[in-house]
Amino acid sequence: MSTRTEHAPLPGVLRVGLSRGWLEIREFANEWESVIFTFSLPALILVMFSSIFDGMFDMGMPAVDYYLPGLIAMGLMSVSFQTLGLAIANERDTGGLRRLRGTPMPPTAYFVGKTVLILFLALGQVVLLLAVGGLAFGARLPQDPTAWVTLAWVFTLGTVSCSLLGIAVSSLARNARSASGIVVLPFLVLQFVSGIFVPVIALPEWVLNAASLFPLLWMAQGLRAAFFPAEMAALEPGGSWDLPSVALALGVWCVLGLALVLLTFRWKTRKDG
Amino acid sequence: MSETAIEVRGLRKKYGDDEAVAGVDLTVRRGEVFSFLGPNGAGKSTTVEILAGFRRRDGGTARVLDQDPGTAGRRWRARIGVVWQRETLVPQLTVRAVVRHFAGYYPDPRDPDATVELVGLGEKAGARVTSLSGGQRRRLDVALGIVGGPELLFLDEPTTGFDPRARRDFWSLIGDLAEDGTTVVLTTHYLEEAEALADRVCVIARGRIRAEGAPATLGGRATARATVSWTDGGRRRETRTEEPTRLVGELATLFSGEVPGLSVHRPTLEEVYLDLIGDDERDARAEGEAVSV
Repeated sequence: MSTRTEHAPLPGVLRVGLSRGWLEIREFANEWESVIFTFSLPALILVMFSSIFDGMFDMGMPAVDYYLPGLIAMGLMSVSFQTLGLAIANERDTGGLRRLRGTPMPPTAYFVGKTVLILFLALGQVVLLLAVGGLAFGARLPQDPTAWVTLAWVFTLGTVSCSLLGIAVSSLARNARSASGIVVLPFLVLQFVSGIFVPVIALPEWVLNAASLFPLLWMAQGLRAAFFPAEMAALEPGGSWDLPSVALALGVWCVLGLALVLLTFRWKTRKDG
Repeated sequence: MSETAIEVRGLRKKYGDDEAVAGVDLTVRRGEVFSFLGPNGAGKSTTVEILAGFRRRDGGTARVLDQDPGTAGRRWRARIGVVWQRETLVPQLTVRAVVRHFAGYYPDPRDPDATVELVGLGEKAGARVTSLSGGQRRRLDVALGIVGGPELLFLDEPTTGFDPRARRDFWSLIGDLAEDGTTVVLTTHYLEEAEALADRVCVIARGRIRAEGAPATLGGRATARATVSWTDGGRRRETRTEEPTRLVGELATLFSGEVPGLSVHRPTLEEVYLDLIGDDERDARAEGEAVSV
């Protein structure tokens, strides 16, 4: 038995990683009762805002069109930053990571699995919001290929940067319970200062400057560029969509997030020494 | 392939000022069932966690399956199995799905369905892991520990919280694994568990080894003086002797037949064990009292 084990090839990283991704998706599907609220919250807000706020303020466009890009940004940050921040803190605290460390699973495969899960959730989030906005309220979707391309790269850079931030922030939590405060509270604050619910031009300058340090504001701005008619750019702080800055900010967060993850990721809890 | 599964010299681990492992030497042969026996906080789990490559040691040398557990890679991990002491989260799927998934981590795993049968979860194979009882969860832990077909299996307090019947079943499972040639290292604070399972027991307390040997000979138990007692004229008599057989023969002659109330007693493993860890227990209690005052 031992001689066979010594010579049989170890399963490849990608194979184990995809197997983990499939496992995580099945787990998510099995636990849908407990996650459905978080997952559908942006769509729920879209339904309420589109129904209640339509015509209430002069937004220059129907409420559903106005809120759709911001809520997509919120949804993407929710499924990446919030999902990973909470899930990994929980896995670390309850020994899920410890169990994996007792197996020959390659550590990279763990992150491949998370990538698969987040990609699945992020695509689901966009499809859900586009379907609710488009089918139920006739929302304006991106009008030309350039706009769809913008949607695609903002989606990718935004989801990756928020995922890495979520993994990094999970290491700050002492245990699974404290993670919810560390993850949910900053996310909630960011939603209010990043132009999701309140237009960015209505924000005090110092709030806007502070929010500009984080990815959510840039994701929302990039998505507005993809969804809004060109003349709406006048309502941006700089008077234009400024897509190069969006790409730069999100790109920097991807690099910074990766560095943070590499520096802070722990398989053990603090008491594991 | 060397005949030694584990070779440890001068192993040390500190948590702050507390020396959890204070210079442990031990050797475990291949195919052996080796047990660490000791009270809670004795350093058993820390030692096992170092040997399983989860914790770093502060000092000493360790070779596990001919490699240093502190630096060994995936191929080495594929040859060991670990059942951790603490509650360890499992994916929230069915028993079968979880065991199949973990089998995919190994180059040459056991058949997952047969493994589920082997640990006695055959009837629960299609059940969600959330619906399992504590004992069944522990069996699943063992299934995940052995599904890779390990040469060396670490079991850290595998039966804590089991009812007596579940513990017996579990012991026979470990016995079967050992018979197949798996080297088993287990920690326990149950004497009868060490006695039932282990070829060799190492009593550990306060990070140090207090005694080591086969359960029957531990702490000089086999050669210890026996206590022969009997009743003579309504009075209980008792003699400690190194030759109990000769004494009983003399008594038989004296009473010309049946000796009233005869008993021959050697120290039980429990008495030997309590004696070995006794000083530490008393120290610990004294400290506890000092704190509460």
